[in-house]
Amino acid sequence: MNKYVYLTRKVEFAASHYYHNPAFSAEENRRIFGKCNNPNGHGHNYTLEVTVKGVVDNQTGFVLDLKDLKDILNREVMDVFDHRHLNKEVPEFASQIPTTENIAIAIWNRVAPKLNHGTLMHRVRVHEMPDLFVDYYGEP
Amino acid sequence: MKAYLNRRYMFSASHRLHSDRFSADENRELYGKCNNPYGHGHNYTLQVTVSGQVDPHTGMVCNLVDLDDCVQRAILNRYDHTNLNCLPEFKDVVPTTENLCTHVFDILQRELGHAHLESARLERVKLDETMMNSFEYAGGEEIR
Repeated sequence: MNKYVYLTRKVEFAASHYYHNPAFSAEENRRIFGKCNNPNGHGHNYTLEVTVKGVVDNQTGFVLDLKDLKDILNREVMDVFDHRHLNKEVPEFASQIPTTENIAIAIWNRVAPKLNHGTLMHRVRVHEMPDLFVDYYGEP
Repeated sequence: MKAYLNRRYMFSASHRLHSDRFSADENRELYGKCNNPYGHGHNYTLQVTVSGQVDPHTGMVCNLVDLDDCVQRAILNRYDHTNLNCLPEFKDVVPTTENLCTHVFDILQRELGHAHLESARLERVKLDETMMNSFEYAGGEEIR
């Protein structure tokens, strides 16, 4: 049986966004999204926790090399999301609303394929605020 | 795509841990300072986890305003700044945070359906009594 150990890496990024669905009327957008619909956007300090799981390598004692995970998060998340306007600068959100739910899914889809063989994504947790966060486990 | 949305709330309440099934000595022995006769209080932090498909039109598992309204009405209005021992659910049940946690779960499970939140499934409630201890209940399911 595989003895999985779970490793979590945390990073922070700051970004702006707004919620707006062009399929809805202006009134519907305001009703559904409230102040998140303000057209000039607003920002958050997001905290991202990426949890991977794997078997501890008996040569290195690592689940994975933390530097590799750090490089992946820098390339796939920080370079793309940090100090950006999510609606205007992140390709996923050209056609999707950058809610915390969709941000978690987008980050999973970016990071999971970059992990080395043997290390699996377990969870992406995105905090928009200290009292609000979303978990995504790659479930359909 | 299924996602899990977590929201935190705070309320303050007092309680005293005491069971009529035990003698005064046994109560003191079992509950320690929590058995002090006039009770004491906590700032509770409640974390509610709901899951569901991310709606393709809104990008949301559920509307946070509706969830906040529901928790405010069903939980915070009921428990904030109260003495838990005086509430009907704790007439014959000791208001430990374990018991409070299961009550909160049961109430929310019932009320979410009445609050336009049918698409959101209540997964878990987590109740922090202090910074040092917390309790979780998932309706009897394993905690993920």
